[in-house]
Amino acid sequence: MGAADIQTGAPVLDGLQVTDTGWAQDARTSALARLRDMGLPTKRDEYWKYTDPATLTAADAPSAALFEPGEALLFDDVDRLKIVFVDGVFDAEASDDFSLENVEISRLADTANADIHWAKSLYGVLELNGQTPVKRPLAAMNTAMATDGILLRVTGKVSKPVSLIYRHKSEVSDAILHHVIKVEAGGDITVTENGPAAARFNKVMEVDIADGAAFHHVRAQGRDHERRAATHMFARLGAESTFKSFTLTANGVLTRNECVIELTGDDATASVAGAAVGDGVFHHDDTVFITHDALNCESRQVFKKVLRNGAVGVFQGKILVKEGAQKTDGYQISQSLLLDEDSQFLAKPELEIYADDVACSHGSTSGAIDEDALFYLQSRGVPLKQAQDLLVLAFLAEALEEVESEELSEAIRARLEDWLSRRSA
Amino acid sequence: MLEINNLAVGLEEEDKQILKGVDLKIGAGEVHAIMGPNGSGKSTLSYVLSGKDGYEVTGGSATLNGEELLGMEPEERAAAGLFLAFQYPVEIPGVGNMTFLRTAVNAQRKARGEDELSAGEFLKVIRAKAKDLEIDADMLKRPVNVGFSGGEKKRNEILQMAMLEPKMCILDETDSGLDVDAMKLVSHGVNALRDEGRSFLVITHYQRLLDHIKPDVVHIMANGKIIKSGGPELALEVENNGYADLLAEVA
Repeated sequence: MGAADIQTGAPVLDGLQVTDTGWAQDARTSALARLRDMGLPTKRDEYWKYTDPATLTAADAPSAALFEPGEALLFDDVDRLKIVFVDGVFDAEASDDFSLENVEISRLADTANADIHWAKSLYGVLELNGQTPVKRPLAAMNTAMATDGILLRVTGKVSKPVSLIYRHKSEVSDAILHHVIKVEAGGDITVTENGPAAARFNKVMEVDIADGAAFHHVRAQGRDHERRAATHMFARLGAESTFKSFTLTANGVLTRNECVIELTGDDATASVAGAAVGDGVFHHDDTVFITHDALNCESRQVFKKVLRNGAVGVFQGKILVKEGAQKTDGYQISQSLLLDEDSQFLAKPELEIYADDVACSHGSTSGAIDEDALFYLQSRGVPLKQAQDLLVLAFLAEALEEVESEELSEAIRARLEDWLSRRSA
Repeated sequence: MLEINNLAVGLEEEDKQILKGVDLKIGAGEVHAIMGPNGSGKSTLSYVLSGKDGYEVTGGSATLNGEELLGMEPEERAAAGLFLAFQYPVEIPGVGNMTFLRTAVNAQRKARGEDELSAGEFLKVIRAKAKDLEIDADMLKRPVNVGFSGGEKKRNEILQMAMLEPKMCILDETDSGLDVDAMKLVSHGVNALRDEGRSFLVITHYQRLLDHIKPDVVHIMANGKIIKSGGPELALEVENNGYADLLAEVA
């Protein structure tokens, strides 16, 4: 049973059934129970005030025209291990062998019938943790209904990125994927995701990062104009561990990216960043919840959106510092560059602090291109369009700087330059 | 080189006339200075010539080597050889100084139908010019003018001028915010660029800059007009007596 069978509202939720599978069955059954308990989100929910979830919860995925961008997918030049899903269905032919040193790779679908799997201790567990204090029904639905995804167990430093590639070939595809990643002590991996995935995509990624381990995530959500996506990242960080996630979003009619991070060990560092560029019918929502529950941890949220022709950007970001989480350093910035008066940016930054020795800062701004900077560049001979592009890239630079790999960051920058070059002044 | 005839300019957003018929003619290789009290229209003149938004030209003309400037975009004026050293150079976070300079140099070369400079060629040129202005590698790497001191900003303006090699340079209160040593350094940079084919218009409040950058002609501007022109001695007269006498003379 896929999400296409799910109807909005209680009667249909009642009709949902969990596939009879091995080790994940308990997690699925309880996820379905909590989904029924929570109900599907509606625009009346405070957490969905700025983003209407109707098309994400509708019985059928609204169809999305296929888009041929006329360019190679991002990261095609990067040496990596490729795992390809077409409309949410694994494509063995297009994927590489799952063999790479220091990482054990398997598919949720392949292991489903086994009684026991290491992922059992995480599947739906981090998602469940992330349901408090704010409910995330689409994530629970994902845990209950997902039948495929990738399970990564990282035991050391992995030499190249594991790349999840999501192709979109059916106009009505409705895909659910659930990935579980366990980075053991001393492990270090980069996971990339890119591509439009499906007409409608519901994805959960649960990441458990042990003491001293590192997880890097770089994502580019596909450019298909009509695609919709609701994604959740749940991460739990051990002591002295590192979590870094960056997302580039260019186009897509609706995107809701939730990122729920819990810093549970001392001296851990988390960074979640995003650069979104939207033109026209584009609604992009970054919803972040970071919980500090240990000493001397640092978290950073850096979100930049460039919007034009009526595009809408949303940012809901919260830092929760629990009692005793002293020496917390929390930073949050969300900014939009509105290229015209039709575009909109809605931001809700929040801080909730129960420790007395912390440094938390947050800022949110919304504005047009700096006319003085524009004139300065023009007065040096830089044509208007090029000057605007330079300033747009400069605006996005702070988010891009959060990407540690120079190779990946360069690839993203080049993609942004392409995006800018396609638009007229 | 630069010929301004009866230039009249008002503000776009309010009914206010700032320049009320400015006449100015600067020959090739000449250095002219404009002095004048606050609000006389000196900076407006520099902005209008370089094409800043917000002004409305209500009459007159301004030509650079016979080409009418006033209808051109700012970047076209730059490509035609006009350069304005800003009184308040703009900070541009996120754009590296080097990237900015290379983009500007190559944009102008492209507009003039010349080949763009490669990264290597550019680096060679800029290193030599930066060294003369005591601009170190760090200043070239940092975002444009961000965190620069007043002196660093002005030196950076002169570096841009040296890299772009314009024909007509306008210096808008380049001495403001400079200590004596910085003023010498900046003046030295400007003097190094003096050339038969290059002219300067130096806008300043103070005569002391003109000790370092020696003008051929000094103009006094007041209430949107040039009210008197003369040799360097005119600047000394202002320094000693202020503008009151000159204003009274005209009135």
